[in-house]
Amino acid sequence: MDDMNSHPQDPARNGVAHLTRRGALIGGGALVIGFNLLAPARAQAARGAAAGPPDYHAVDTWIAIHANNTATIYTGKCELGQGNQTGLLQVAAEELEMSMAQVSTIRLDTNITPDQQATSSSSSIHRGAPALRAAAAQARQELLARAGARLGVQAFSLEVRDGIVSVRGENGFRKVTYGELLGDKPFNLQYEGTAPVKSPDRYRLVGQRPPRVDMPEKAAGKYTHMQHLRIPGMLHGRVVLPRGQRGFGVGAKPLSVDESSIAHIMGAKVIRKGDFVGVVAEREWDAVKAARDLAVVWKKGPSLGTNETVFERLRKDKSVDTQIASKGDAAGMMQKAAFVRGAAYRCPYQSHAPFAPNCALADPTGDQLTIKSSTQDVYSSRKQVADILGIPETKIRLQYFEGSGTFGRSCYEDATQAAAIMATATGKPVRVQYMRWDELGWDNYGPAHLAEVRAGVDELGNIIAYEYDGWQHGWTITSTVSDSALAKPGAERAGGSGSITVNPISTGSMYKIANRRVTSHAAPMANYLRGAALRSPLDLSFAFASEQTMDELAAALKMDPLEFRRRNIGDERWLGVLEAAAKAANWQPKVMGSQLSNSEIVAGRGIALGTHHVSYGAAVAEIEVNRKTGVIVARRLYGAMDCGLAVNPALVENQMIGQMTQSTSRVLKEEVTFDDNGVTSLDWNSYPVLRFAEHPEIIPVVVQRLEEPSTGAGEEVMGATAAAIANAFFDATGARMRQFPMTPERVLKTLEGQRT
Amino acid sequence: MAINIKVNGRDWPVSADPDTPLLYVLMNELELKGPRFGCGLAQCGSCSVLADGVEIRSCQTVVSDVGARAITTLEGLPELYAKQKGLATVPAMHPLSQAFVDEQAMHCGYCYNGQTVKAAELLAKTPHPTEAQIRAHMDGHICRCGSYPRIMKSIQTAAAAIVKEG
Ligand code: FES
Ligand code: FES
Repeated sequence: MDDMNSHPQDPARNGVAHLTRRGALIGGGALVIGFNLLAPARAQAARGAAAGPPDYHAVDTWIAIHANNTATIYTGKCELGQGNQTGLLQVAAEELEMSMAQVSTIRLDTNITPDQQATSSSSSIHRGAPALRAAAAQARQELLARAGARLGVQAFSLEVRDGIVSVRGENGFRKVTYGELLGDKPFNLQYEGTAPVKSPDRYRLVGQRPPRVDMPEKAAGKYTHMQHLRIPGMLHGRVVLPRGQRGFGVGAKPLSVDESSIAHIMGAKVIRKGDFVGVVAEREWDAVKAARDLAVVWKKGPSLGTNETVFERLRKDKSVDTQIASKGDAAGMMQKAAFVRGAAYRCPYQSHAPFAPNCALADPTGDQLTIKSSTQDVYSSRKQVADILGIPETKIRLQYFEGSGTFGRSCYEDATQAAAIMATATGKPVRVQYMRWDELGWDNYGPAHLAEVRAGVDELGNIIAYEYDGWQHGWTITSTVSDSALAKPGAERAGGSGSITVNPISTGSMYKIANRRVTSHAAPMANYLRGAALRSPLDLSFAFASEQTMDELAAALKMDPLEFRRRNIGDERWLGVLEAAAKAANWQPKVMGSQLSNSEIVAGRGIALGTHHVSYGAAVAEIEVNRKTGVIVARRLYGAMDCGLAVNPALVENQMIGQMTQSTSRVLKEEVTFDDNGVTSLDWNSYPVLRFAEHPEIIPVVVQRLEEPSTGAGEEVMGATAAAIANAFFDATGARMRQFPMTPERVLKTLEGQRT
Repeated sequence: MAINIKVNGRDWPVSADPDTPLLYVLMNELELKGPRFGCGLAQCGSCSVLADGVEIRSCQTVVSDVGARAITTLEGLPELYAKQKGLATVPAMHPLSQAFVDEQAMHCGYCYNGQTVKAAELLAKTPHPTEAQIRAHMDGHICRCGSYPRIMKSIQTAAAAIVKEG
C-alpha cells in the first residue's frame, strides 16, 4: 500500500511514470477506471489456487478464456463501492472484443490474483487500466493469430464480435469462438505490454455508461458484504481497548486483566498475545458483552493536549522541514505586490468513519490460515499477519470481501490481525467485528494541519508571489493490533515523498506564479494521534487555506473570482474544469462579499479549484448561513472533474456526488475531538457527519478527454468543494473562516469577531 | 420461557437469551442479510426493520420486547408491498430497490438496508412525499459514502412508479 512495497518491475506502474503519488493513499475512492491490473493471475495458478502472488509477466495471470466463450479477468484491485469492477470489465471487454456480459472478475485472493498493491490513491483505473488493456490486447492478438491458422486466413482479414472470430465479408460463413480456440487452456505467453490497443475512435464500451454490475444484488439485500460472512463452528471475537486512543506510541497497554470479571458470560474467553487483549464467545452478543465487561487497567500516557491546542503544538514542535516548491524569490516579490493577503488556517483531525465497523474472519482449520477481510491490500495484510504470528506468508491465504466504504486506512488491518490472532489461539474460525467506539476511537486519522499562507498580486491581477508553510505529522505504517501483539510502540513513515509533506499540486501549482515557495514542516508522530491517509489526504486542508487566499486577492482587486482565476491559471486542463463548473452553475461575475444583507439567513456563492495529484477538480458552492444560529446549509454544489479518459462517465459522476457530499460533511461537521486522556469522539453524536436532511443537491460534470490517459477519479474534487464552500461563506457574510469544521459555534464566533 | 418472533410472515423460535438485541437474532439465527450492524447505538439506521409497519432499530430492541409485532426485514419488503397493494404476485424487488438500481444510487451499498426500510415506511403512508418530507423522514439514516442525493431521487422515482401501479 505504499511505495515501500511497490514493485519496480510492475508493468502497470511502468506505464505511468509520472505517477509519483505517495504511496499510501488510499482514498476511498479509487476509481473508476482503472483497474488495477497489474498482474494477472495466471490461469493455472487460478485453477490450482496455490499460494501467490502469481507471476505477473504472464498473460495467463491476467486473463483466462473459458470453453463457454467467456473470460475471467484477474486483477489485484478491489471494489470499494466506487464501481471500479465495472470500469475494469469495460476496458477488458473493449480490448477483447467481447460483450460485458461475457467477462467477469474474480475476488482478490493471495492464492489467485496478482499483487498490484493497494487499491488506493484513486489508482484503480489509473494504474490498473493500461496494464489490463495491454494484456487484453495481447490476448486478442494471440487469439486472432490462432483463429487465422484454424480458418486458413491471415489474421488481418478477421473480425471479432462478442468473442466470435469470423472472416471479414463472409457474413459469418467461416468462424470460430475464443472458447473453441483456447477453452480453459493457458495462453503460455509472456506479457509484453506492446500489443497494439484499440484507438479511442473505435471504442464501443469505453466512454459509455453501462450500469454497475454489483448494484442489483446490493439493492435486493442479496450481496455478501464482509460483515455477512459466517462459517459453521466459528466463534465471535471482539477486541478489548480503552475507549478512545491515547497518544501514538502509548498504544493500549494493559497493566492488569481480571478474567473473573466475565466469568458470568457463558463460554466467554480472554485471548492475549503480548499487549493484545481480545475476547471470544460462541454467541456474538456474549462476545460484545464480554468485551464491554472485561475489567482491564490500562497504562496511562503522557498528556495529549486537546484538539484545540494541537495547532500551537505543531507550530512549536521540532519538525523536519522540506522545501516542496521553490521558484524565484517569493519573500522578496511580496514586498512589491499591490496587495498581499494571508492568514493561518487550522484544519482538524478527521476519521475515516466507515459506516460499518471493520470485520474479518480467520479460519485456521485447513492447510493455510484463511482470512477473509476488507483490506485494501491483501498481500501487505498477509505479510503483516505473518510477522505477528511468526509463520511463513505462504501459510496464509487472504481473500478480499467488500465491507462498507472505507476511504483509506480505517481499522481493517486491525480486524484482520485480531481475527488471525484469536483463530490461531483457539484453533477455531473466529469472526471479529469492531464496535463503533473501537473504529472511531482507534482509527488511523487524517492528520491535523496548520497552514500559514501569503500571496501577493500586482495591480493587473497577476499573482506575483506565493508562500505556503504547512505543519502536520505523518502516517503510521503499523496498526494498533500489531503494535499491541508485538508489544512495540509502533512505527511511522520516516519521510520520503508524500505522506508527511505538503502536496505541491494543491498549493498554488494551478496558477502561473513566478515566485512560489511551499515548505512542509513535518512533526514526529509521537504522542499525537495515529495518522494515515484519509481520502484525498490533506487536500481539503490545502485547498481551504490556499483557495481562500486566492479569493481574498480577487476581492482586494475588486475582481470576480472566476475572472481572477482565469487570468492566473497556467494550464488548459485546469481552465477546462474551472469553466465547466462555472458554466454548470451559470456563474455571474461578482465581487465576493459585495452584496451583504442584514437578514437572518444570508446566501452566498463561491468557486474554487483543487485536486489530489493527477486529475483536475473545480467546484462552485451555493450556501446559506443563518446568522443567528450559525448553521450553514450547503444548498447546491456544482463540480467538474477532468480525469483524462473517463472509462465510464456515469461512475465518475456517482463518485463525484459521493466526494462532494463527503467533503461538505468534512468541512462543515467533522472533527476528531480529544482531551488529555484520549480521543472523545466515539460515536455518531460525538463524531457527527452530514445527515440526510442536510445534503446538498449536486451537479457533477465530467470533462471527458478521450485521448488522455485515465487518472484517478475517486478523490479529486474534494478539495475544491471544501474551498468553494468556504469562499461562499465569505460571499454571504463578508467574514472569513480560518478553521474547519465550520460549526455553528465557530461561525457565530467569526461573525462576532467581524462586528468588534 | 421460549421466545417466538414473527419475521417476514413466519414464526421463529428464538434460542438467544432474552436480553439479546433483535439484530443478533436476525443475523445469526435467521441468517438474514438485510439488517446489519452499523453502530449498535440506534444512531445510524443500519439495522432497521419494520415492526407492524413502523421502522425500529433492531440493535436497540431486545428480542424479548418484540412480542407479537410482525417484523419485516429488507427481504420481506416485496411481499409486504404486494400485500399492501393487493397485487396477485410478489415482485422480485420492492419498487424502491428497483429505483436504487435505476438511479445507480449506491456506493458500497451497506447503508441501503436502512435506507430502503425507512423509505418503504414513508411511501406506505405518504405516497406523494414532498422533498422536505423525505428529508425529514430519512434524517436518522446515515450514508457515509454520501449517496444522499440519489437516494432522494430514487425515493421520488419509486413514489412515481408506485402511484402509476395504482
Ligand atoms: S446499528 Fe442499529 S442504528 Fe446503527
Ligand atoms: S452507500 Fe456506503 S454508506 Fe451508504
